[in-house]
Amino acid sequence: MTSEHASPTRLVYLDHSATTPVRPEVLSVMMPYFAQAFGNASSIHRWGREARVAVETAREKVAYLLGAEPSEIIFTSGGTEADNLALRSTAYRLRSKGNHIITSAVEHHAILHTCEALEKEGFEVTYLPVDKYGMVSVERVREAIRPETILISVMHGQNEVGTIQPIEEIGSLAREKGILFHTDAVQSAGKVPLKVKDMDIDMATISSHKLYGPKGVGALYVRKGVRIAPQITGGSHERGRRAGTENVAGIVGFGEACYLAEREMAEESKRLSDLRDRLINGILEKIPDTVLNGHPTKRLPHNVNVSFKYVEGESILLNLDRVGVAASSGSACTSGSLEPSHVLLAMGIPHELAHGSIRMTLGRSNTVEDIDYVLEVLPPIVARLREMSPFSAKAN
Amino acid sequence: MYNDKVMDHFFNPRNVGEIENPDGVGRVGNPICGDVMQMQIKVKDGRIEDIKFKTFGCGAAIATSSMVTELVKGLTLEEAMEVSNKTVAEALGGLPPQKMHCSNLAADALHEAIKDYLSKTSAPK
Repeated sequence: MTSEHASPTRLVYLDHSATTPVRPEVLSVMMPYFAQAFGNASSIHRWGREARVAVETAREKVAYLLGAEPSEIIFTSGGTEADNLALRSTAYRLRSKGNHIITSAVEHHAILHTCEALEKEGFEVTYLPVDKYGMVSVERVREAIRPETILISVMHGQNEVGTIQPIEEIGSLAREKGILFHTDAVQSAGKVPLKVKDMDIDMATISSHKLYGPKGVGALYVRKGVRIAPQITGGSHERGRRAGTENVAGIVGFGEACYLAEREMAEESKRLSDLRDRLINGILEKIPDTVLNGHPTKRLPHNVNVSFKYVEGESILLNLDRVGVAASSGSACTSGSLEPSHVLLAMGIPHELAHGSIRMTLGRSNTVEDIDYVLEVLPPIVARLREMSPFSAKAN
Repeated sequence: MYNDKVMDHFFNPRNVGEIENPDGVGRVGNPICGDVMQMQIKVKDGRIEDIKFKTFGCGAAIATSSMVTELVKGLTLEEAMEVSNKTVAEALGGLPPQKMHCSNLAADALHEAIKDYLSKTSAPK
């Protein structure tokens, strides 16, 4: 911490799509499984049986969130591993049937970089384009299907711009064509209804730390009848589909987090979408030359993503951080590469606007007062940076 | 990720703005990369009498712009041409490695401004 970060009047965490705090209720159910009930869930003795019961109870709770059977849940180390398992298992297992995979240009890197790795191994991948809202079209999916297509993977809620993809329609199309359908639901699970049976989903990825559970645990839902070739081999854990001693405390916390998310979803989603709209409308009203990124209505309840013309995202983030507000950006500086967000570029947003994008993702701790605080501190930050920008003078 | 000196120049940038009737103007970078720096200079008796910048870019882009204006004010044009991007980064106590290439262009903008001035003054009247 530098002196520039000295005591802001308020701390507002608006980066819940990056990660969330562990809920106190979740933490308290996890605690016994570190030192007291520390058994290996594969052991036959009472310590092992206690751990096994805890893991299976958690599995039921994760299944409850998805409307799945407990036997259809495979615990993993997180969303990235679950995405890898879904893609690689399907690709390697069905290689004799076909080598073509369909996905979208706006997937998370856990999907995109895995697809790129599979391309190097001889698979062909179609990266579907999206419209200006970041939406995949079902018709484009239909056109991309070939006789050798073995998998369609399209995310549910887009992590940067919050657009909710038409996965129900894509799922039923895939089912009709006899192609497996996977969805990365890391951002949507616990936020919007995700019932795998109603949506013709064959595989779905979810992650614990995005829904107030601990980091280091996630799950892949795999519909009964879909076979999985393990990508981590070893013991016979997870019914031979994912080896490695179960992260019992993590799984217990994940289960509790899923249970609470499902129970509170309707109410919390309504509350968050009201806060979201208050923030979006306030920004668009108070700050000229600002555009909303993502779909105006088919949108995750906690996602705000806006671009401010003539300024760069990292500069805004640093200024926000100084006044206690945590957000993220799609600018190149924050992506760790020279290119701004692949998602914004795929949506046809010009580079300079992509560099000026800010994502604010709301969560359980946020209040109306938080939103109003952001609406008070953000306009002068943007105004000051615009005064320093060589572009805004021209535009005036 | 940035040190205190960089943050100081970012939050309290020196010499922001524009000069009326500048003697030289330099502009580098492009909005596609996310960094554009504009330097304007006023030259008197072969020295940089005044310098102002405007920058679109990240924390490093703004801090390096600010630092270069502080470093070269009062220097002769020859001395100012000696100030490199590396000098600027060192004066700031270092920049994160990923910022060394993309956002550390302030000295280039200064050199462009000096060249602009020289081309105008040496041009036949």
